[in-house]
Amino acid sequence: MDLLNYAFMQRALLAALLVGVTAPAVGTFLVQRRQAIMGDGIGHVALTGVALGFLLQVSPVWTAVAVSVAGAVGMELIRSYGKARGDIALAMLFYGGMSGGVMIIYLAPNGSNANLTTYLFGSISTVSPQDIPPMIALAAFVLLVVLGLRRHLFAVCQDEEFARVGGLPVRALNLLLAVTAAVTVTVAMRAVGLLLVSALMVIPVAAAQQVTRGFAWTLAVAVAIGVTVALSGTVFSYYVDVPPGSSIVLASMAVFLLFTAAAGPLRRRLPRPGWHNGGVRARRPS
Amino acid sequence: MTDTVVALRGASASLGARQVLHGIDLAVARGEVVALLGANGSGKSTAVRAAVGRVRLSSGSWELFGTPGERFRQWARIGYVPQRTTAAGGVPATVREVVAAGRLARTGLRPPRRADKAAVARAIELVGMADRAADAVDALSGGQHQRVLIARALATEPDLLIMDEPMAGVDLAAQQVLADTVRAQVAAGTTVLLVLHELGPLAPLIDRAVLLRDGRVAHDGPPPPLAPDHVHPHADEAAATVKGHLDRWTS
Repeated sequence: MDLLNYAFMQRALLAALLVGVTAPAVGTFLVQRRQAIMGDGIGHVALTGVALGFLLQVSPVWTAVAVSVAGAVGMELIRSYGKARGDIALAMLFYGGMSGGVMIIYLAPNGSNANLTTYLFGSISTVSPQDIPPMIALAAFVLLVVLGLRRHLFAVCQDEEFARVGGLPVRALNLLLAVTAAVTVTVAMRAVGLLLVSALMVIPVAAAQQVTRGFAWTLAVAVAIGVTVALSGTVFSYYVDVPPGSSIVLASMAVFLLFTAAAGPLRRRLPRPGWHNGGVRARRPS
Repeated sequence: MTDTVVALRGASASLGARQVLHGIDLAVARGEVVALLGANGSGKSTAVRAAVGRVRLSSGSWELFGTPGERFRQWARIGYVPQRTTAAGGVPATVREVVAAGRLARTGLRPPRRADKAAVARAIELVGMADRAADAVDALSGGQHQRVLIARALATEPDLLIMDEPMAGVDLAAQQVLADTVRAQVAAGTTVLLVLHELGPLAPLIDRAVLLRDGRVAHDGPPPPLAPDHVHPHADEAAATVKGHLDRWTS
């Protein structure tokens, strides 16, 4: 493993590890709430934050955190208040974030096309020593929230109406989850890139639930898959010179296919079949 | 009025542009079992959702345990069973995980203690689902799923149980199991307010029935009379009889 002798590679693998843990952990709650697409939206908006960092010549991590948190809070407010035109408002936010980012990065003094690509699809060689402490701090925040409040976030994502009647601070928890998702995106942007970060929030969870029947297990298996694909994808990118985002996401899709193929026979062997038969009809309140 | 556990007074509410409740009065005393009946669209679900603060009143007032609803904070005293929906999340969850969510009303932000885990286990036991506690709720039948939602409400050890159509989509045998669970709660002194489409196996438990029609109280008093043969050995025929009486009574 000569690749571990390179400092840049040590940093890249550490970045991948942080992403592999945090993205599926937050993603489990987003998928639970059928908001798998939220990571994508935040990724688009975060690009404006990265570009602002270049324009102002400060660390893009912090500007990305600021802008993506604002974007995520905006999305959550649109979700909770928004009625008919909520989807259009969200789409506008996505397009605005992406085009704003491209515009600003080209106006910035040292912005260039190359910079843009490393943030969109990840890059193993550009995780700088200064990037590491904020990434660790942000990842720690994410884990503290999703593990410390997992019961409460589960209750809110599973049945918001019931959680409200139980007296849980539903709005605060929803906003906290949105902020946590935004922070995760900025942790992930160096390793997998802003356009592919959402995949690492969703695909490991989708793979995990092929073989699990509980929420806690799904979370644990998704994180295990996330770490595995993030590290192996980063190593692959070292040997074959491609952006790590592409190899990490393709690796996670391979795991998904593997688990899906294995789940069929596995399910038949288990005593109680029909895990996913739904079986519940929608009813309108009268 | 501390003996009134839940009260709506002159309550009006709208869903979107449509006014659903037109000044209804509804009070449930401690230990009472009250059924809210009515046709689809009569406002019975909206009424119970207003009673737990999920629908804002446009006029009138709302009280829980003698406290104005807006200032009520003792949510752990209420076990709420919302209407079953497809809202089940995109990630599997076990019976125990779903029921444990009901205990959060008691634990707040502190981690669960042994007593909390025992309360969750007891709630699962009460609805007869102990052998399925580690199974995914997605794998359950409609009746079993409903039992899980009732267990979730019982996990907080409530003084007041509010249920929105707990029998909907549940076959008659399973309805009997649910009725037994509710009977045990009533025997232990729990107050119950429930929305029903028909009385069914719960009929013997009901102290009072409130009939809504077009968002107004059309009747508030003893439950509709049962046929003398309502204890017919064939449960489905008995239910049909009861339903027949109810239909005559409500029309």
